Amino acid sequence: MNSIEKNIDNLKDYKYGFITDIENIRAPKGLNEDTIKFISNIKKEPKWMLDFRIKAFERLKLLKEPNWQKPKFPKIDYQDLYYYSAPKSMDDKPKSLDELDPKLLETYKKLGIPLQEQARLNGIAIDAVFDSVSVATTFKEELIKQGIIFCSMSEAIQKHSELVRKYLGSVIPITDHFYATLNSAVFTDGSFVYIPEGIRCPMELSTYFRINASETGQFERTLIIADKGSYVSYLEGCTAPMRDKNQLHAANVELIALDDAEIKYSTVQNWYPGDKNGKGGIYNFVTKRGLCKGKNSKISWTQVETGSAITWKYPSCILKGDNSVGEFYSIAITNNYQMADTGTKMIHLGKNTRSKIISKGISAGNSDMMYRGLVDISARADNSRNFTQCDSLLMGNKCGAHTIPYIKNKNSKSKIEHEATTSKISDEQLYYCKQRGLNSEEAISLIVNGFCKEVLQQLPMEFAVEAQKLVGISLEGSVG
Amino acid sequence: MLSIKNLRAKIDNKEILKGLNLNINPGEVHAIMGPNGSGKSTLSNILTGKKGYEIEGEVTFEKEDLLKLEPEERAHKGIFLAFQYPLEIPGVNTNIFLKTSINAIKKARGEKELDAIEFLKLIKKKSADLKFDEKILSRQLNVGFSGGEKKKNEILQMSILNPKLAILDETDSGLDIDALRVVSEGVNTLRNQNNAFLIITHYQRLLDYVIPDYVHVLKNGQIIKSGGPELAKNLEKLGYKDFN
Repeated sequence: MNSIEKNIDNLKDYKYGFITDIENIRAPKGLNEDTIKFISNIKKEPKWMLDFRIKAFERLKLLKEPNWQKPKFPKIDYQDLYYYSAPKSMDDKPKSLDELDPKLLETYKKLGIPLQEQARLNGIAIDAVFDSVSVATTFKEELIKQGIIFCSMSEAIQKHSELVRKYLGSVIPITDHFYATLNSAVFTDGSFVYIPEGIRCPMELSTYFRINASETGQFERTLIIADKGSYVSYLEGCTAPMRDKNQLHAANVELIALDDAEIKYSTVQNWYPGDKNGKGGIYNFVTKRGLCKGKNSKISWTQVETGSAITWKYPSCILKGDNSVGEFYSIAITNNYQMADTGTKMIHLGKNTRSKIISKGISAGNSDMMYRGLVDISARADNSRNFTQCDSLLMGNKCGAHTIPYIKNKNSKSKIEHEATTSKISDEQLYYCKQRGLNSEEAISLIVNGFCKEVLQQLPMEFAVEAQKLVGISLEGSVG
Repeated sequence: MLSIKNLRAKIDNKEILKGLNLNINPGEVHAIMGPNGSGKSTLSNILTGKKGYEIEGEVTFEKEDLLKLEPEERAHKGIFLAFQYPLEIPGVNTNIFLKTSINAIKKARGEKELDAIEFLKLIKKKSADLKFDEKILSRQLNVGFSGGEKKKNEILQMSILNPKLAILDETDSGLDIDALRVVSEGVNTLRNQNNAFLIITHYQRLLDYVIPDYVHVLKNGQIIKSGGPELAKNLEKLGYKDFN
């Protein structure tokens, strides 16, 4: 056993793995029309919303789960899952943080997101989603003064039904694919954002997703609409308790940018990755898609993926408006027995559209990492450009890194560039750093952060430091 | 300062060092010369704690058992190695590497770490002293550096870290005259009564610029002859063959 492998065994514990002991209201187990009606009913949804769900469910019956992905996993029994689980205390609809169940406040405090203190700090507004419901949203009132709507999806369905009806499912249709369709049928909560014309959102909006209940799937739904000439930066964070059984998280996220609007969407995903033998952990099967609907619009995805037993997602941009821009910056880290099949899709439809993909994959332990990406330039997308850079970093001798770029160019005036590298942190490099006084952890952190620098720089400042630490922690003990 | 007694080292069951003895006192410059495969690089690896060797014998540094320490602990004690083949570390800015390095050492010694401005001042002064092009420092560590730039970068690191014992492993190999001068000036500026140098080299020419106190000939894993600077000159004339 060389020094790299030796230390893989000493992986530190997942520090967000605790369970909040709280009384829940659950839908009966199983995926059927009654479950869907239960969800719709408990949320007092209008009829159109229930119809949307039922339509999706009908469609789902015709669909099969995709199986082309690299990470394989045992078949999921969809009848053996809970589709709705919410803290009982949320039944009384607390009107402010003061009325919120102290156990929930305590949970978020333990996660490093003290909601009450956050409410007093400027700069970041938070929507906190606990299992199937949003438990609190801060700064709502301040934001609404500028016409900015930031609330839970459930509230948006009630209060802003016109916007939701117009845009929900417009980027990810209910017929899309198995998991997206499943989400359309049974989604529970998530965040809704609307930025009115010409407004630059004055603070970071963020959602913190927490899975707590066991045997429960989390099906969140997020919808962000940036009206003409507006700007918003949004960040999501995720954690879950340590459990032996795998849990499914199948979210749908839809972004819509109208003329001259810009959406920056950042993710710091730290779902429970399973133990060091690969037992337990979250299946993170998420559909994220942004539509640059208007001219000169821009959507930028930044993701730092360190958690989950399996990460399977391709945050994508449909560049429909002329001159629109899509960006994807990703750091994905797998350790122990984690697996990831992730990347992006850039669909160029409009003229002069540009996309940029910077992907950094780091694999350690026995893990396996796949970058899979599609660049598709349509016949009428004149003068479009794509630049892709995929770098993989391996640590140790038992992990894998793979890159599969799909490139389709139907336009002779367009240009596509693809660069890829694979490298390995060597014992020699570590020895060199140590000779200069750095210990193993410092050396790894320096090398890995250097490797990820281009992506870390894209994160909002408040989160860049956190993400940098997370990158260090995820690999802690993976190299000696 | 450094005392090596009957040092034996094996790698993959092959014995490379076969009972080596050496004493280095503060203020001394020692040169070790020897043919290829005589164990010169093995010696520098063992002194700095590289893993993979089976070691017998005794090595003390300032009266402390050196062999028990991790590589970084040895660096904290003031042992520096200018690598024969400096490693490339993509993505890591040279400046940041240097700052992390000096602060890791300061931290381990319980000294105050340098802030960005103090570090910048130090590095500006040291690069000017060595006529080192500062632009290189904003590039990724050793990536795309020429052979000479890599070696000069090692010497810059040495002068910034100001070690008690500096080991130069064939730092002069492959250098042109100008780079050779930079390297030797680096050593000569740093040289004082409290530190020591161990210069491993194939050639006499570096020793024209850095005058050693002692020259040792290493062959078949043992020091077979020691002497003053004139020994290097004789060696250059006669070759290693006659030193049996």
